[in-house]
Amino acid sequence: MAAQVFAYIEHKNGVADDTALELVSAARNIFPDASPAAIVTGSGADLDAVCNDLAASYSEVWKFDNEALAYPNAEAIRKLLVAVLPAEAVVLVPHDTFGMDLAPGLSIKLDSVFVSDAAGFEGLDGDNLKVIRQEYSGQVSTHLMANISAGAVINVRPGVFQPDESKSATGQVIDKSSEIGELTVGRRFLEVVEAEIGDVDITKEDILVSVGRGIEDQDNIEIAEELAEAVGGVVACSRPIVDAKWLEKPRQVGTSGQTVKPKVYMALGISGSFQHLGGIKGNPFIVAVNKNPKAPIFQIADVGIVEDLLDFVPVLTEKIQEGK
Amino acid sequence: MEILVCVKRVPDTAENEIEVNRDGSDIERDDLVYSVNEWDNYAVEEAIQIVDKVGGAVTVVSLGDEESEEVVRREMAMGAHNGILISDDAFAGSDGKGIAAILKAVVEKGTYDLILTGAQADDGAGQIGGMLAAMLDMPYASVVNSIEVLNESQLKVGREIEGGDQEMNEIALPCVLSIQTGINEPRYVGIRGIRKVASVDIPIWGASDLGLDPANVGESGAGVKRVDYFVPELGEGAEILEGSSEEIAEKLIDLLKAKGGIK
Repeated sequence: MAAQVFAYIEHKNGVADDTALELVSAARNIFPDASPAAIVTGSGADLDAVCNDLAASYSEVWKFDNEALAYPNAEAIRKLLVAVLPAEAVVLVPHDTFGMDLAPGLSIKLDSVFVSDAAGFEGLDGDNLKVIRQEYSGQVSTHLMANISAGAVINVRPGVFQPDESKSATGQVIDKSSEIGELTVGRRFLEVVEAEIGDVDITKEDILVSVGRGIEDQDNIEIAEELAEAVGGVVACSRPIVDAKWLEKPRQVGTSGQTVKPKVYMALGISGSFQHLGGIKGNPFIVAVNKNPKAPIFQIADVGIVEDLLDFVPVLTEKIQEGK
Repeated sequence: MEILVCVKRVPDTAENEIEVNRDGSDIERDDLVYSVNEWDNYAVEEAIQIVDKVGGAVTVVSLGDEESEEVVRREMAMGAHNGILISDDAFAGSDGKGIAAILKAVVEKGTYDLILTGAQADDGAGQIGGMLAAMLDMPYASVVNSIEVLNESQLKVGREIEGGDQEMNEIALPCVLSIQTGINEPRYVGIRGIRKVASVDIPIWGASDLGLDPANVGESGAGVKRVDYFVPELGEGAEILEGSSEEIAEKLIDLLKAKGGIK
């Protein structure tokens, strides 16, 4: 195996992100005998803690310690990676808002191919890596062939690969801070403004009645509110409803909204993009109502109803009220 | 401020069920409803609002076949001042890098302070903005959900990061930003608006107009190629309840009671 594989590690408050161990599995899905190296950038004691933990999972942990890296500014990190990575490196990055910021430009500067949001690998045919991606919010999948002869930058979808919990590596932390070089970039990080907390905390509710595009009109939100009242739950929603300003941002479930862990999740007119599903944890009982029988939500739901929610939900609400 | 916005014509997933065609070479495109990519529409609205505040002009560019002219015209009806259609058989099969290289040539043919793309498209990879910025050696920020013009050489931009938090940055102009949905409320385009721009001339540029070598773009230049489309094998999937709405509702109520879904 010629190519060296690297995993970019995201971390916060001294703890590596869940994707850190998923990328070990992803690397072995590409090259069965891969022993990927972890790349960890940051500053101070938090960085050391992350690096030491990762040595149980990666044969090499490359540590880059610099105050300018205390917050992960993708522009600065790209500059760093271009300076330190060997030619033909295969670089794995989590596909999230940081990965989207870093990876496309990194592939240009490394002059290697870029694959976005990889959800599976089906082996190498010479220099060509066969990759699975989803398109159209998961309604169809596609195979890509990526020529990795000059290396690759691959964004890997979080939550797809089983984390390698074996902790079987006896890796070493290699301090590469002296190779960092000049990090000045045209974008300066100022601060993180935390999400506002709304009148209802959907992260603490057992029953969520969640609406998506299928609700069609702001006036129809009432239909979901009536069901929520009948079952003793609260109304949540998917991203398009917040974009349309029909409900407040604190009601949004998904990677760019709240992470919820209810007992029962009723998805009304929600197609089920992975960003939305990424916000549902704790394995709730999921009921999906969608008029499109091919909606991805039906793949992960426990129970499905293929009907227009605008027709079905009022009937359901009425039946529940009758039974009380 | 001179702003270039890159827009794409895509099948509208709110209007269509997307299915794989018979031999898996493409999605079934008969009877599809197309529209401008949702993220791009927010980008155009944002550009118009910036120009309304600080002056300048908005140019919309789309890469695609002749049908893409309709989305350029639609965005001009919203208020974009100029439109360009990039179309050439030599561009077919371009990967992300090929598309970014074509757009780089477009950028270099003009003088722009700010270049906007949508953060992603339903049939895309969320890659063009970052690639274009790197090729142009301009600063970049992705998934931008707020823009404030600080002065002639700087913007303050918010990025939507995980959990609904917002990451604030200062970024130097000229730069490239990819725009997240929800950053604004795109204006409605009525029949009158469309009529106003119906006869506006939209130039069509090909590889030679942009000084591009066809060998470096299109399928021949692509390091990433699509093999096929397929429908993933379903896991167990949901138990689909059958019957009349009333029957289904009764079955569902029993299930919900068992799972703690009715208090």
